[in-house]
Amino acid sequence: MAGGKKRFAVSRRAVLGTGLVTSAAVGAGAVGLGGHRDESHAAEGVIPFHGAHQAGIATPVQDRLHFAAFDVVTEDKARFVQLLREWTEAAEAMTKGASVGRGATNGNPLGPPDDTGEALGLPASRLTLTIGFGASLFTKFGMEDQRPAALVDLPHFPGDKLDPARSGGDLCVQACADDPQVAVHAIRNLARIGFGVVSVRWSQLGFGKTSSTTPDSQTPRNLFGFKDGTSNVPGTDEARLKQHVWAAAEDGAPWMAGGSYLVARRIRMHIETWDRTSLKEQEDIFGRTKGEGASQGGRKKEHDPVVLDAMQPGAHVRLAHPDSNGGTRILRRGYSFTDGTDGLGRLEAGLFFLAYQRDVTKGFVQVQSNLATDLLNEYIQHVGSGVYAVPPGVEKGGFWGDTLFG
Amino acid sequence: MRSLPIAGVTGLLCVSVLAGCGGGSGSGDTGALTVTSTDTACQVSKTDLPAGKNTFKLVNNGSKVTEVYFYAPDGKIISEKENIGPGTNYEITVSLPAGDQQIVCKPGMVGDGIKQDIKVSGEVGELDPRLAKAVADYRTYIDQQIADTVDKTGQFVAKVKAGDVEGAKELYAPSRFGWESVEPVAESFGDLDPKIDAREADLTDEERENWTGWHRIEKALWVEKSTKGLDGIADQLMTDLKDLQDRVHTVDITPASMANGAKELLDEVATGKITGEEEAFSHTDLVDFKANVDGAFKVYELLKPVVQEKDAALAASLDEAFTDVFDALKKYEKDGSYVSYDTVEEGERKQLTDVVNALGEPLSKLAAVAG
Repeated sequence: MAGGKKRFAVSRRAVLGTGLVTSAAVGAGAVGLGGHRDESHAAEGVIPFHGAHQAGIATPVQDRLHFAAFDVVTEDKARFVQLLREWTEAAEAMTKGASVGRGATNGNPLGPPDDTGEALGLPASRLTLTIGFGASLFTKFGMEDQRPAALVDLPHFPGDKLDPARSGGDLCVQACADDPQVAVHAIRNLARIGFGVVSVRWSQLGFGKTSSTTPDSQTPRNLFGFKDGTSNVPGTDEARLKQHVWAAAEDGAPWMAGGSYLVARRIRMHIETWDRTSLKEQEDIFGRTKGEGASQGGRKKEHDPVVLDAMQPGAHVRLAHPDSNGGTRILRRGYSFTDGTDGLGRLEAGLFFLAYQRDVTKGFVQVQSNLATDLLNEYIQHVGSGVYAVPPGVEKGGFWGDTLFG
Repeated sequence: MRSLPIAGVTGLLCVSVLAGCGGGSGSGDTGALTVTSTDTACQVSKTDLPAGKNTFKLVNNGSKVTEVYFYAPDGKIISEKENIGPGTNYEITVSLPAGDQQIVCKPGMVGDGIKQDIKVSGEVGELDPRLAKAVADYRTYIDQQIADTVDKTGQFVAKVKAGDVEGAKELYAPSRFGWESVEPVAESFGDLDPKIDAREADLTDEERENWTGWHRIEKALWVEKSTKGLDGIADQLMTDLKDLQDRVHTVDITPASMANGAKELLDEVATGKITGEEEAFSHTDLVDFKANVDGAFKVYELLKPVVQEKDAALAASLDEAFTDVFDALKKYEKDGSYVSYDTVEEGERKQLTDVVNALGEPLSKLAAVAG
């Protein structure tokens, strides 16, 4: 029997709620079965779902993140492909600010609503949903021959302390939105649709974007207080995106043309010790000033050219800069996270690093290897990791991953 | 035993009001009926209505936010819709019993509102004979399960009173099996459930002083390792279970309440058993788990002919999901029972959670199809 003192009280509302009543908003101009959640702002903040590339990569970075990694729990490939179709349909609806299926208050009152309802009344909030496939998915469905060569297993990097429970996954979905409730709603509904086919392996909430893909907007700060992602790949720079971010047919996996490769790293920051570090040391570690974000070497402004030689040999910016890595670039799209405190009272916080690139070996592996002597390593620890092949965008009538599973 | 308190009760109570929810009810034309609320009037497009499900469009043509209530002939509220803004409308389906009754509009959402008399006549439609059989067969099942629990608890209680701790421990979980398989039904007796099946963690300090039932004895056997002072509690458990046996026929059973009960059994598993909260001392959670799933499966089996006809895809996914849960449980069978749940590791509990979720989702759709 039940917990709590009031466990046997049956409120009128509760009795009525089970099966007696259905009330359906008969809204004017409802779009789709579920309809727009917020009629008065129906067109606002909608990022188109369809296109040559998935949204959520070159898209201007939203404020919030809910990232989820899933494992496939069925051996039935056809069932999994069916889920991809169902997910696509739900994603199309949610990204335009509509409810899933028949909505949160329509449908048969004797059954649970199709949509969980917590996003009712909220606009689309620039929601993007981006799917990726992990290497283990190809193994699970006997599709090793389709696995792109660029989807490598990451080597062990010095200092890694990866928790298997926060790493990997057969697939992932990145939900980004300007409203956290919209992002969480999206993952929750996809997880619900997926029960019996996929199971959430781990997930991460993020706030405070740490990189910008829009150069003209202000560069955000990470939890160390420094501007992060100053010379990111701009989402509007088609030439650089083509060169560094979008996979091409000639890269070896034709089904990935127009897709990208995502590296996700949960990077714990040792906040308390960092905060005891002098300003001078903090700036030496990064190689930039804390206030303006200008390069060391007498620069005044954030976007003035960097003077790598003026920085300490182990300065973070010096080691991570394209000039120190054969010109390679990755598109960073990470978020800060704070999951409360750990058992020792320390802030359980850090950077949920997300980077998109055309080739993981030339991109993240190159840069991360170069960061082995990073002065910042004393204050950070990589505790979770995932690498995913992010298929190209979906055309109208298509579904997520149809170039591979279609 | 549940952590979502009212669900088990509501599933059953709902149907006692919803006399015709088994189907075939005399519903009017969908959308043909209108209740128009203005600042001064409450107008119903038709005041002679058939019994059973009726769908009303609630229109607010007034200047204030309004509410609409449906009262049964005995004056109880059958249904209501609050917060209907000026110029907006809602659709609502209400199951009306026969008799003279009222619809009340409450512009401004205060006061007694404006009353509109309506006359409801006719019989609520007959139940599909297959569903009628399912209900009758389920009643038989409930009787059998309660009889089983009464019988085995009798043996259990005898060991307790004889001071045989080890013997009592062996009979503890089997004595609960019947109860657990029809738990939502058993729980609908709000006076008996807390006396029979209360968990220590759910009680206040004061209530713990007078704690009775299975879990009180469980704690004594496994923690205190003694039967001292349990005689009265053991006798009380038997008395309460026999009381339940005498009264269980009074529960209103409909196809929808059966289906809701099956869904609630899975909720029980998902919230109480997977976490190991139910059997905090004996760790016999997997026995309860099996009983809950058995009880849900029984409901599904009885409703299956209708489900297959109305929604073959749902039947197929339920067949598969039930098989997966039973297969997952098999792994933990031991000597005709189940391993102690404290030996089931987190990764294994995650696997159990996955199959339970995979079953719980389609099962939650059963009531809408069979009801």
